[in-house]
Amino acid sequence: MFERERWREVIHVLSKNKLRTFMTAFGILWGIFMLMIMLGASTGLSNGMKRNLGDFAVNSCFIWAQQTTMPYKGFKKGRHYNFELKDMDMLGKKIPEIEYLSPRMNRGNMPISRDKKTGGFNIFGDFPEFNNIDPMTIVKGRFLNHKDIQDRRKVVVIGERANEVLFEQDEDALGKYIKVNDVYFQVVGIFRSKHTGGWGNYQNQSVIMPLTTLQKTFNEGNTVHWFSITAKRGTSAKYIETKAISLLKAAHYVHPDDEMAVGHQNVEEEFKKFNGLFMGVNIVVWIVGLGTLFAGIIGVSNIMLVVVRERTQEFGIQRAVGATPWKIIGQLIMESVFLTVIAGYIGLFFGIGLVELVDMIISGQHIEAFYNPEVSLEIAFKALAVLVVAGTLAGIIPAKRAVSMKPIDAIRSEYK
Amino acid sequence: MIRLSRLHKSYITGSNRLHVLKGIDLFIDSGELVSVVGSSGSGKSTLLNVIGILDSYDDGEYYLGNNLIQGLTEKRSAWYRNQMIGFVFQSFNLISFKNAMENVALPLYYQNIPRKKRNRIALEYLEKMGLLDWAEHLPSELSGGQKQRVAIARALVTNPKIILADEPTGALDTQTSYEVMSLFKEINEEGITVIIVTHEKDISERTKRIIHLTDGIIEKEYTTKLKVNYV
Ligand SMILES: Nc1ncnc2c1ncn2[C@@H]1O[C@H](COP(=O)(O)OP(=O)(O)O)[C@@H](O)[C@H]1O
Ligand SMILES: [Mg+2]
Repeated sequence: MFERERWREVIHVLSKNKLRTFMTAFGILWGIFMLMIMLGASTGLSNGMKRNLGDFAVNSCFIWAQQTTMPYKGFKKGRHYNFELKDMDMLGKKIPEIEYLSPRMNRGNMPISRDKKTGGFNIFGDFPEFNNIDPMTIVKGRFLNHKDIQDRRKVVVIGERANEVLFEQDEDALGKYIKVNDVYFQVVGIFRSKHTGGWGNYQNQSVIMPLTTLQKTFNEGNTVHWFSITAKRGTSAKYIETKAISLLKAAHYVHPDDEMAVGHQNVEEEFKKFNGLFMGVNIVVWIVGLGTLFAGIIGVSNIMLVVVRERTQEFGIQRAVGATPWKIIGQLIMESVFLTVIAGYIGLFFGIGLVELVDMIISGQHIEAFYNPEVSLEIAFKALAVLVVAGTLAGIIPAKRAVSMKPIDAIRSEYK
Repeated sequence: MIRLSRLHKSYITGSNRLHVLKGIDLFIDSGELVSVVGSSGSGKSTLLNVIGILDSYDDGEYYLGNNLIQGLTEKRSAWYRNQMIGFVFQSFNLISFKNAMENVALPLYYQNIPRKKRNRIALEYLEKMGLLDWAEHLPSELSGGQKQRVAIARALVTNPKIILADEPTGALDTQTSYEVMSLFKEINEEGITVIIVTHEKDISERTKRIIHLTDGIIEKEYTTKLKVNYV
């Protein structure tokens, strides 16, 4: 297999007709090149989407109160009701499969000022658990803790953008006070969203305070706008969601069949759809890529047939001096595999190279939909394995043909 | 060494059937120097190819040594051709992109002899042929006589029992032809059976036994007055 003479023969045969060899090799090269580009692009898209999602707990759901649409237990339909903080304890007790449970309030955009600097920012009331459900990067200081909640402390964690607007560039915001609706809050932390695009911008322009503080300061009573819930490993978010909804309905005298009374959204379901989409994209990529590659392989096989025709006499001579058919078949397959693998390798090299180049160029820029395109080494190796097999297959038919005739007929063949 | 009895062979081209060998009975002992003569188309090459296991036959029997050569696998045939038989063709049939030494070494390659060793053996045989200085040359750089001597070296390199030569002098001038014939005679004197197909009278007269083929049948055969040294 690694005999020098064999290799010299391979090189000789392939370099005898350089243009033909190049054209054949190009078919393979192009197939692998395209496959790598498409795979890189599809991971790029997929990574872009995933990054947009940040570190958001995938197995989570949101539940909020809406208007009832059915009369129940003496209540008329069309009633407005609210979830409350005590629902949280109830859910926690009755659903052991809950990993994190975080109530949330959104006061919308409010004017915030500090000395002469002012701006409008989104005000949220949160529990510390929120940072486990939709984690953010704490740039400075800390996130909320349970002491903040208990004592209804007037503290805030502000988004990066809010920090930029309200404080000087070289100023340390920690420990300083900002004014929200004439009430002063101390800044205890600065965060940066892990989401990209609009979602990230929105979060970075937010100011988060303890939920209990928000309720008291803005006279919200005991109201909670919505619950974010994460399921423990091995439990589906759907299960938690269904269970929590029916418990909340019972607690608030809502008809069990009143679908409209409770709003909900399930990240897991969304994520599944998204994953399904990318699986589909990947399948298409492989089909198209392998199709292109297959065309290249047919090309190699055709060329090998021509090569065999041209070399029939030579094979006849080799057999006359003692070559077994398998020696000749082996030689032809080696040529075929050599051509395929070299061409494939070059295609792989340029394909992955281009993908990496694109990655390098866009990594500095904020392109929301496309991030970190790459081709894993594993895939590259698999593709090479496919090439070796393909090269073998492409060589087999011509090789079989080469030894199918009697040696004397081969020697006498006139094809030059 | 070689025994043929009632051997028949036909070629089938399309719907035509051409009966070429029409019952050949022939015995050639080991160490003989034989020529097969006859007019063009009489079946000389066909006979030689059958003996060389390059072609099959239809009917009769062919024994090489004690082995019946019939229905062999291609692998087995390749083994016989490699170990027992050396071929010399009219058109030399050297491999164009291999140099003289590599051409000579080729049969040893199929015996899985390491490259260094087979090249060394090949050089020995080239030396015997007086071609040591041409070892690195490609066939296209050699004269007809030189090519044929490379081909003979290749035929001899595995130390076969039989050398089969089909019109080995057909492409050579008279002088070179005689040189090649004396080579065959030397080879024969080392004990190797040599069978030469030719249609040239002066060539056949340089063998010890002449077999005359006419239209697929051995019409006559006779021994020549060639001096044989039995010392
Ligand atoms: N492969 C073949 N197919 C068909 N006919 C053939 C083939 N080889 C030889 N012949 C025919 O068989 C006859 C004998 O050929 P051959 O043995 O080469 O004769 P010679 O060597 O005595 O000139 C010729 O008529 C030739 O045309
Ligand atoms: Mg002939």
